[in-house]
Amino acid sequence: MKKILVLLTVFCLALSLAACAGGSGSSSSSEAASASQPAESQPQESSSAAADGEEVAVMSYEEYMAAELDSQVTIEACVQAKQSWWEDKATVYAQDENGAYFLYNMACSEEDYAKLTEGTRIRVTGYKAEWSGEVEIMDGTFTFVEGDSYIAEPIDATSLLGTEELIDHQNQFAQFKGLTVEAAGQDEAGNDVAFLYNWDGSGSQGDDLYFNVSYNGETYTFTVESYLCDSTTEVYAAVEALQVGQVIDAEGFLYWYEGLNPHITSVTVVG
Amino acid sequence: MRTGLRRLAAGVLAAACLSLLAGCHGRQEQTAFTVPETFDESRQYEITFWAKNDTNKRQTDIYKQAIEEFEALYPNITVTLRLYTNYGDIYNDVITNITTQTTPNVCITYPDHIATYLTGDNVVAPLDELFADEKYGLGGSEVRFDSPAQEQIVPQFLDECRLDGHYYAIPYMRSTEACYINKTYVEALGYTLPETLTWDFLWEVSRAAAATEGADGVYSLNGQQVLIPFLYKSTDNMMIQMLQQLGAGYSTSTGVIQLFNDTTTDLLYQIADATAAGAFSTFKISGYPANFLNAGQCVFAIDSTAGSTWMGTDAPLLDIPADKVVEFETAVMPVPQFDPEHPQMISQGPSVCIFNKEDPQEVLASWLFAQYLLTDSVQIAYSQTEGYVPVTTKALESPEYQDYLSRAGEDNDTYYQVKLEATRLLLDHLDDTFTTPVFNGSASLRDAAGQLIETVTKSVRRGQTVDDAFIEALYADTVSLYHLDSVSASGGKVDLGPMPAMSVGLLAALAAAWVLILAYLALRHHRKKSAER
Repeated sequence: MKKILVLLTVFCLALSLAACAGGSGSSSSSEAASASQPAESQPQESSSAAADGEEVAVMSYEEYMAAELDSQVTIEACVQAKQSWWEDKATVYAQDENGAYFLYNMACSEEDYAKLTEGTRIRVTGYKAEWSGEVEIMDGTFTFVEGDSYIAEPIDATSLLGTEELIDHQNQFAQFKGLTVEAAGQDEAGNDVAFLYNWDGSGSQGDDLYFNVSYNGETYTFTVESYLCDSTTEVYAAVEALQVGQVIDAEGFLYWYEGLNPHITSVTVVG
Repeated sequence: MRTGLRRLAAGVLAAACLSLLAGCHGRQEQTAFTVPETFDESRQYEITFWAKNDTNKRQTDIYKQAIEEFEALYPNITVTLRLYTNYGDIYNDVITNITTQTTPNVCITYPDHIATYLTGDNVVAPLDELFADEKYGLGGSEVRFDSPAQEQIVPQFLDECRLDGHYYAIPYMRSTEACYINKTYVEALGYTLPETLTWDFLWEVSRAAAATEGADGVYSLNGQQVLIPFLYKSTDNMMIQMLQQLGAGYSTSTGVIQLFNDTTTDLLYQIADATAAGAFSTFKISGYPANFLNAGQCVFAIDSTAGSTWMGTDAPLLDIPADKVVEFETAVMPVPQFDPEHPQMISQGPSVCIFNKEDPQEVLASWLFAQYLLTDSVQIAYSQTEGYVPVTTKALESPEYQDYLSRAGEDNDTYYQVKLEATRLLLDHLDDTFTTPVFNGSASLRDAAGQLIETVTKSVRRGQTVDDAFIEALYADTVSLYHLDSVSASGGKVDLGPMPAMSVGLLAALAAAWVLILAYLALRHHRKKSAER
């Protein structure tokens, strides 16, 4: 009898522990799932809407550029880079042979976000918007579409720096060659530094990196956007290692913020 | 460049929803904090301080300087600084770290956020006893710096840190919102700024400005193709202040949500009309008000007084190319009012809370550092970085601060006219400020209030019809999106529905174990008695 009682007690306690562990785990995962699916952005809704959808006319890049701000647009392009995913919303650079698009806060499940690999072709319907000079597709939904993959070769935008023509290539993957690294600011001892964490040095490692480069006597501010390329990436480390006076080649996306503000994805010191 | 702030808007929502759901499950119990008799200085303490700055290097330098000075006073305490540029990220990270008991020791925060943190037991240290402690409290005998007494903290600022009858934070800085006005344009349109800015005046002038658009798309007012007459940075504040000024419902002090009412609907229609007339937009839709104001593309820009250093032709901080800045006269006025005789404006700004730890000595070390942030040197230096107001009368009345206030316009840096006017604005209207009720879910409600304006504005711009059916659907969607139907009216924990089967099983198993233990003991006792016989 005594042994049976002890065995039963041990069994019950073991069951309690198992329940504790299981309860905790399942509880937190269901919480996360609920929290990450706001009503406005159910991925199922967006997919089915597009699937049921009436025949949607896909715009060419020229038609997209000619469309009024705040009008609904539908485009097809291939993913070039993913900037962020948060609460079923993705921000993505996409491009085709004719031009590039910045897809801001596009409805996207985490599962679909994983499938948005470089070159993946998608059809996006959203609203054309402009935020501080950056023309983008906002509040979009998307579907995966069959078709050729496309990974853009960088256009050489070096000679376009400082010209009005550069904005025609907004959001495209571009390269710049033979840029000279200039001082981005000074450290606490008053020495010139080649980069800053945040635009004024108010940040710390992990924040956006800002660095200045000159070409033909003009200075431009480039950014390593920490959501696009975080502190574990090669480009982040490369910029942290820059020295004033070095000559570099750089690649990145032609993002706009009150003027050119490229989001740099690679830096190579060439001199 | 302040591009980073845009992408953070969604973060608060995630944390808010998560916290609402996580409120009652899975939290770790922690022992309640009691103030130690004595601070054990034979030990070393490493504390973390999560601080928020306005993407302003001077502010981060002041934090670093404060830490250095504090560590010199208390060599056995090391403070590690972690910098943030927005409250939403701090909130998200704290929520994440509560479950793993890796919260920071000292943290810049909003009372709305503390209300969520408090859904965990003993997560945040109550400060009542610390305030009053003779040795280590405010102005305490053993404190090694010139700490303010409790009565030297501006009472209404301190009251904002009181939740459920206890103090859970100390105020750090205070600000409000201001309307930064291109007075040159207002007068060019034939208007004169009234003594008190009203909503009627603002809408009328904004419409008049929008009406200057010519057939070629160029506005005669500024000679440019871009003009957003009225831009609002924080639309949550916009809705909250409008409702407060009209005496309409937002929420009760216990957390009953009143946001979705007829006055809100009327206001949304007004905003829709102004948007349709090309008179209004928001930060989330168009960009920073300061950038449009400085480029001569905005007449009325409403932003925090803590954003004043970005406002105006001679602003010390600039986010647009210098050649785009236009010359104009900047007027700084309180936010527009419905009743000019009884102006009302929001009180906002960072507070500091202390997270509870198993070691009360560590909490005491944290408290000493938090208290150091109230010293005159920190208060005055930090307030000068933006249009902030120190939170202690000690600092406010100090000759150094009074001298600072008296030198408005001496330069375009420390004494920048617009910044000093914004600061004065709050100082002159301390009794006209208000705060919204704080409860678990109040952060979500605040976001929802702003989202109503954002959605209406976006929809009008996109040619959608804003009518009763639209508003009804908007309210339903907003309740769902921000989980407002989960917010409890008690202001406390959320009703999460029936207990999960797993939890029922757990409790049943525990009960069975106790029954069996008792049965075993009874059997053993019975056998022992039998043996004795």
